[in-house]
Amino acid sequence: MTQAGSPKSQAAAGEGWEPKVVAFLCNWCSYTGADLAGISRLKYPANLRIIRVMCSGRVSPAFVLKAFHEGADGVLVGGCHPGDCHYLEGNYKTLKRKLVFERLLEQFGIEPGRFRLEWISGGEGDKFARVAEELVKTVRELGPLGSTAERLGRADGLALRAEGGGGNA
Amino acid sequence: MPGPKIGVYVCHCGSNIAGKVDMDALREFAAELPDVVVSRDYKYMCSDPGQDLIKADIKEKGLERVVVASCSPRMHEPTFKRACQDAGLNPYLMEMANIREQCSWVTEDGEAATQKAKALVHSAVNKARHLEPLEDKTVPVDPKTLIVGGGIAGIEAALKIAEAGKEVYLVEREPSIGGNMAKLDKTFPTLDCAACILTPKMVSVAQHPNITLLTYSEVEKVEGYIGNFEVTIRKRARSIDEKLCNGCGTCQEKCPIKVPNEFEEGLGMRKAIYTPFPQAVPNKPVIDRENCTYYKTGKCKICERVCPPKAIRFDQEDEIITEKFGAIIVATGYQLFDPSVGPQWGYGRYDNVIHGLQFERLSNASGPTGGKILLKDGSEPEAVAILHCVGSRDTNYAEYCSRICCMTSVKFAHLVREKTNAKVYDLYMDMRTFGKQYEEFYNRVVAERDIYFIRGKGAEVMQDPETGKLLVRVEDTLLGVFREIPVDMVILNAAICPRPDAQEVAQKFGIQRSADGFFLEYHLKLEPMKTANDGVFIAGTCQSPKDIPDTVGQGAGAAAEALKVVFAGQVTVTPTTAEVRDTLCSGCRICIPLCPYNAITFDEAKGVAQVNEALCKGCGTCAASCPSGALRAKHFDNRQLYAQIEGVCAE
Repeated sequence: MTQAGSPKSQAAAGEGWEPKVVAFLCNWCSYTGADLAGISRLKYPANLRIIRVMCSGRVSPAFVLKAFHEGADGVLVGGCHPGDCHYLEGNYKTLKRKLVFERLLEQFGIEPGRFRLEWISGGEGDKFARVAEELVKTVRELGPLGSTAERLGRADGLALRAEGGGGNA
Repeated sequence: MPGPKIGVYVCHCGSNIAGKVDMDALREFAAELPDVVVSRDYKYMCSDPGQDLIKADIKEKGLERVVVASCSPRMHEPTFKRACQDAGLNPYLMEMANIREQCSWVTEDGEAATQKAKALVHSAVNKARHLEPLEDKTVPVDPKTLIVGGGIAGIEAALKIAEAGKEVYLVEREPSIGGNMAKLDKTFPTLDCAACILTPKMVSVAQHPNITLLTYSEVEKVEGYIGNFEVTIRKRARSIDEKLCNGCGTCQEKCPIKVPNEFEEGLGMRKAIYTPFPQAVPNKPVIDRENCTYYKTGKCKICERVCPPKAIRFDQEDEIITEKFGAIIVATGYQLFDPSVGPQWGYGRYDNVIHGLQFERLSNASGPTGGKILLKDGSEPEAVAILHCVGSRDTNYAEYCSRICCMTSVKFAHLVREKTNAKVYDLYMDMRTFGKQYEEFYNRVVAERDIYFIRGKGAEVMQDPETGKLLVRVEDTLLGVFREIPVDMVILNAAICPRPDAQEVAQKFGIQRSADGFFLEYHLKLEPMKTANDGVFIAGTCQSPKDIPDTVGQGAGAAAEALKVVFAGQVTVTPTTAEVRDTLCSGCRICIPLCPYNAITFDEAKGVAQVNEALCKGCGTCAASCPSGALRAKHFDNRQLYAQIEGVCAE
């Protein structure tokens, strides 16, 4: 179903295409971890842009879809490690949601590699930089997400249904 | 309808941001964004003149929103919020774009960094457009402080707070306070004995009317938040009536059971009923129920028979204490690296290979040998090797420097020479004498007779099959030769490590750990005692390896932090809570079990959910799950976050 590295996605990528990755980070752990990456002067691709939320539990699946809709090619959600959540258990809610949500993304024709949930503590600046690096690399290999129509075209089974149902993109 | 007037302020942070991001381009970009009426850049936005730019524009141009593109909001959000407030703008109408920690510092290429900075500014401007004014709320603060850990850091903090007139609970897991410092012999660089400087403080703790001392106790549960922590403490049964016991020690004399004494690092024995060391505070014994014959077989009770004030209580139970606190100081200390994990050091294989704390006990006048430095067979060593960096500065174990080992090694060398005739070989990688009078102390010991400093890491400890002596292999990097040095005793200066239960403790108190496993401070340099959990502070070696002066300094510093909280009498709590919009709520109640604070209840009369704002902490999990969008996380609502997503994706 996915077209990673296929001639088509590379062509779509075109000259100078740069992937966009949106990262939703919880204020207490991951955002602090991202700050620590900076304080430690670690380098990672500028393609990743951060939005701060108080808890990864705040990240509604709608935010992730909205990011893809607005042209993001990948999305990262960062939370505290299990047991470390500043709000006791918000990250467990995020994890539960993720398991359902990943299946939904696949049905949209969005490759699983474009969405990632990571536990990054305030002390793990190196982990944050590594995850950012990896995710941008993965997304670069997958190529641009493309328009909704293109995506549905790629998920061939779904394309038929989309045409049949009409206007439900 | 025109949007609110937005001002954008781009900070150079000297060259920290301006060295990477094109400031002119960013300022001009921001000026073009919708609703932006003024866009400025300045060398240091956080400076007074920088803040004055913002204040003047709020007053003169009637700004309704402010966006500051600078460092992390974790750094200067309070600064710019205050600036807005001073100029009459509600502080919640200010938004920051983090273009330093999350842009200029992490990006190699200047053009890419500028592009990213534009996206972050666009995102912040978009959010700012939808911000709403909020009012801080204050709640009263409980005036008591909880200190966890009765080592020198916790003791210092407890005394400072108590002397300032505020109440303290000091909780210590062991039967006595004193911590690792109580085990030490003499302390560098002044060579005053640890007990002589520590025990007066320990006694003061026990006697101070403002200090409630709970030894042999552990914190079980921490709930609540700054100003209003609710803590459950388990005071383990000592099996002694502490009020009756007069500390005479007869029970310990008569008890027939001997087990290794933890305090003596395995070098000495204690009884099943014991105080860990003679100067223990409180000077009341505990019965170690795992080893006591009565608890194992139901017979014995010798201690009960011999106790003059009849203070033994075999049926005593653990006591559960629940108390409210305004602030918490965690000072749980360190654990020494276990050198037996590296077979090269011979620890655990050869009798006379010992670690630093064991040497402290040998050398200590109240220790197992009465202060004599003796080999296992009771004879005096003729040659002693001291190894630095055992487990420290070693990527196989702990990458960090444990800081104190160079100076303790120098001290050990001096003590061996003072008490024996042995030759001393000190094997160091670098000599780090970082503190006040440390270099002077080192110079003094270097000049002593028969102490040989060899630059090289002690690589391996073996036994000479013929002589039975220990052989220490080292590359003498100054002479460029490999050496095998025959000695009778090897002292391993093992690393200072986080305690094995550090993770559990961190979770209990809602604090984080850095990559090395120690507790994570809010800011490495400027907020070393604060943690991400407001009202919980850290002090001493639980934060990083430290010598005594630095530990005492942090203990006092943490006391100041706690006093700041309890003297204020009230604390500001965030107004960024959740709210239910009644007209949208369908009454499905999905949100209710999701709230970790039980802040959401169902209003039967109205048929809608409602949020108790005093309980809500603003995590927003409910808002993310509400199917009808009735629950709104203030300051992080859907409209604001959607606008941010549009902003970061636009560039």
